[in-house]
Amino acid sequence: MSALSATDFDVVLPELVLALASMGLLVAGVIWKKVQPRQMNLVAIAMLLIYGALALGGAAGGGETEAFGGVFVNDRLAVYAKVLISLGAAATLLLADRFMATHAAARFEYAVLAMISVLGMGVMVSARDMMALYMGIELQSLALYVLAAFNRDSLRSSEAGLKYFVLGALSSGIMLYGLSLIYGAAGGTSFAAIGAAIGEDAPVMAMVGLVFLMSGLAFKVSAAPFHMWTPDVYEGAPTPVTAFFAAAPKVAAMVLFARTMMDPFAQSVDSWRQVMVALSVLSLGFGVFGALAQTNIKRLMAYSSIGNMGYALMGLAAGTLAGVQAVLLYMAIYMATVIGAFACILAMRRKDGSVERIEDLAGLVRTRPGLGVAFTVLMLSIAGLPPLAGFWAKWWVFLAAVQAGLVWLAVAGAVAAVIGAFYYLRIVKLIWFDEPAPSFVEPARPLKAIAFVSAALAFPVLVVFIGPLFTQAGAAARSLFL
Amino acid sequence: MTDFPILSLTTFLPSIGALLILVLKWLARPEDAAIIDRNSRWVALWFTLGTFVASVFVLSWYDPSEPGFQLIEDAPWMGEIGYRMGVDGISILFVLLTTFLMPLCILASWRSVTERLTEYLAAFLVLETLMIGVFCARDLVLFYFFFEAGLIPMFIIIGVWGGANRVYAAYKFFLYTLAGSLLMLVAIVAMYLQAGTTDITVLLDFGFPPGMQTWLWLAFFASFAVKMPMWPVHTWLPDAHVQAPTAGSVILAGVLLKMGGYGFLRFSLPMFPQASDLFAPLVFALSVIAVIYTSLVAFRQTDIKKLIAYSSVAHMGLVTIGIFAANEVGMQGAIFQMLSHGVISGALFLIVGVIYDRMHTREIAFYGGLVHRMPMYAAVFLLFTMGNVGLPGTSGFIGEILSMAGAYLVSPWIAFGAAFGVILSAVYMLTLYRRVVYGELTNPRLADIADLTRREIVVFIPLVIATLLMGVAPSIVTDITEASVVDLADHVSRALAPEAESIELPVTP
Repeated sequence: MSALSATDFDVVLPELVLALASMGLLVAGVIWKKVQPRQMNLVAIAMLLIYGALALGGAAGGGETEAFGGVFVNDRLAVYAKVLISLGAAATLLLADRFMATHAAARFEYAVLAMISVLGMGVMVSARDMMALYMGIELQSLALYVLAAFNRDSLRSSEAGLKYFVLGALSSGIMLYGLSLIYGAAGGTSFAAIGAAIGEDAPVMAMVGLVFLMSGLAFKVSAAPFHMWTPDVYEGAPTPVTAFFAAAPKVAAMVLFARTMMDPFAQSVDSWRQVMVALSVLSLGFGVFGALAQTNIKRLMAYSSIGNMGYALMGLAAGTLAGVQAVLLYMAIYMATVIGAFACILAMRRKDGSVERIEDLAGLVRTRPGLGVAFTVLMLSIAGLPPLAGFWAKWWVFLAAVQAGLVWLAVAGAVAAVIGAFYYLRIVKLIWFDEPAPSFVEPARPLKAIAFVSAALAFPVLVVFIGPLFTQAGAAARSLFL
Repeated sequence: MTDFPILSLTTFLPSIGALLILVLKWLARPEDAAIIDRNSRWVALWFTLGTFVASVFVLSWYDPSEPGFQLIEDAPWMGEIGYRMGVDGISILFVLLTTFLMPLCILASWRSVTERLTEYLAAFLVLETLMIGVFCARDLVLFYFFFEAGLIPMFIIIGVWGGANRVYAAYKFFLYTLAGSLLMLVAIVAMYLQAGTTDITVLLDFGFPPGMQTWLWLAFFASFAVKMPMWPVHTWLPDAHVQAPTAGSVILAGVLLKMGGYGFLRFSLPMFPQASDLFAPLVFALSVIAVIYTSLVAFRQTDIKKLIAYSSVAHMGLVTIGIFAANEVGMQGAIFQMLSHGVISGALFLIVGVIYDRMHTREIAFYGGLVHRMPMYAAVFLLFTMGNVGLPGTSGFIGEILSMAGAYLVSPWIAFGAAFGVILSAVYMLTLYRRVVYGELTNPRLADIADLTRREIVVFIPLVIATLLMGVAPSIVTDITEASVVDLADHVSRALAPEAESIELPVTP
């Protein structure tokens, strides 16, 4: 490996800035006791946006730049993901604004941990070496484990953190074992070396390793059958943290998944496609059937995310350029929608505190019309109904699947969408048909703003943004198929 | 003149009205509820009337002698998928039917809906946009877009303003229709990948390979058969009809059901002619069963709305027979029958709504002898009863006779089954009429029931005129549809002709 050079640091400049900022914030928080957690939060939001802007600026020249001998890469895919991640993380931190202002458990470390996890995500989406991949995942996960248990006086939150940590550690172990097998078969850790060594007829050892690796990655995107942690963690973690979990980390993990499958293992796509199809179908099944019986809105969102990952994995199962493009678009639309949904969930507050039961939404359109309509639009968009944005996300995933000959997978997706529609409709039914429950208190302004922006983005008049986004996703996907 | 985007205007004008209603409500103070309601009603009425006028312009700019799409609009949308609009002889009258029924629906809900009125009117106006869009779309995905989106406002209309069991009915309506539609979506994806475009004009002449046609046809059938609805997937309809508010039933029976028949004519028949030919016996069997079975079921109903709902299923059976007869007469009959049924069944639901508004029950046994108190009502009811039975002089007769003639050309037995159903329709409709309108007025609660109000008369006059006009001068409809239907029939018979395939055989040297 060559010695470090100044250009290496140019490539990782965004990550460098973020790392220094998070450490600086940590020091500042320890020294200046008087600084409010909320102000720290706002600084972190600003830093995340700067991070996204730097990542975007670094790509202005076009093409891809490598650092540290090809371990770390900034290509269109990485930039696409980083912009999404920074926006998603910033928006979800903004959702935590009121939590940071009023909640007793709120501490400045929240913002620091969120920044560190975003740093990990940045490394994940740029990783072109198994070592960087693992480092990125662990950096992100460790921060997330702490965030899940952030409300340390709450039994549920501690339980969620512990559960997440134990299962996460297990999955990391499995993944590491898989990585070691792949290393054994390929004789190198860089994606290029693995790709060259494995080729089309992958040796059995590499395939076994790959299955372990896929299990670990499936855990990170919460795809069935590695989804068990999701409902408990979603429910137990403080709601702002759940919102954070639902957005940026999902994008990062899915992009990492795409890169891992399409870069070193691109040629053996016929060998792993069946695994991906299985992950997709199982996620669809567990997602929709699991959600049917839920009464807690956060658990419902957890199962909904499992089902949605099933659709995204459909694009990966296609294993084509169109498939990756569809996945990238799917994740962008999903993230934009789910953040709005969590803004609505955070707005479910009565005078005596937050509520989480689905029934609490009853008659929302009469007590808080704006919020009710926004939530309806978001739910129907996640359900994939035209004319909302979610329809286009599903459309391109189906297109990629059918193009790759996976017609039955697309049919399974269609069936799952019908069953899934049932529980999204249940929310719509509660909001519109039922007698109003006691009204929620006036939601904080950032919550309202994010909910309305997100619903507006899903709405037909504004879906024009999907066209350019689709082009960007295509350019990002193409960087895996050079 | 023709560059003016008249179809987009017609399609989106109602939505602008919906937006206006919501903005007016948002701006107004909550204590002015009565004023908000009154303004919303008038806005809705004027916008639906304006849309009707716009659609009359569409008709007057349309040249019925040309078979293809006219008043074409093209705009880029999402890559290959374009915002393509256009109407031909098959679709244009459905646009008119929609815009014709909408103001009547608004008028019919004038006093009967009081709760959450602004949302009600906005939902109807949005629904109108989506329905017109279905008939104007000249792009497969755009069609699907409108087709599917219409579920959302209808779900809310049934669920919020419906009867006692409305939630169940709303779910059933939504999930049944969605299940069919999503299979169609997968088929649309496959068609796009095969043909490389979603432009309907291109797809009509594309000629999908026969093996693929079978699957595509089945997927489209899943969607349209549910929407139509055909036996045995019709069970959502009686529930939805009974629970929906009166205007909702009118739209459901008048327009939404027609989307199924329109879909068969627009997609299944011309795009998959071989598969249509292959499955025609299945369609005929299901349709004949539907005609006879649902007529018998209708006879046994105790709820007036449910009876009319089942009669709708039976009448739609005649439509599918006419369509898949795949000859000119049959298809003309099917289109005519759909238009006529749109007017007549809409009127019948309004007739039920009149007495429901007064007595809040739809039980047949509750009524009887209404003719003594409501002579005008009895006359209107009689006219539409006869229309539904298919009496000559009403529009129902023309549609039925043409559909049956089309079926006769294929097989006399099918025509026999259809005719048998028509006889049964006379049995249940006349029985209904006798039990509700004739006899002695025994129920004391009916003693001071009032006859039609002036507003109700205004609602019924256009419907009466339309029924009689189409009955005595059917050519006003068939002249418009003829060129396109002849073209479609030619297209199908050319695709099925044996020499068409032999030409493509490679000549071995």
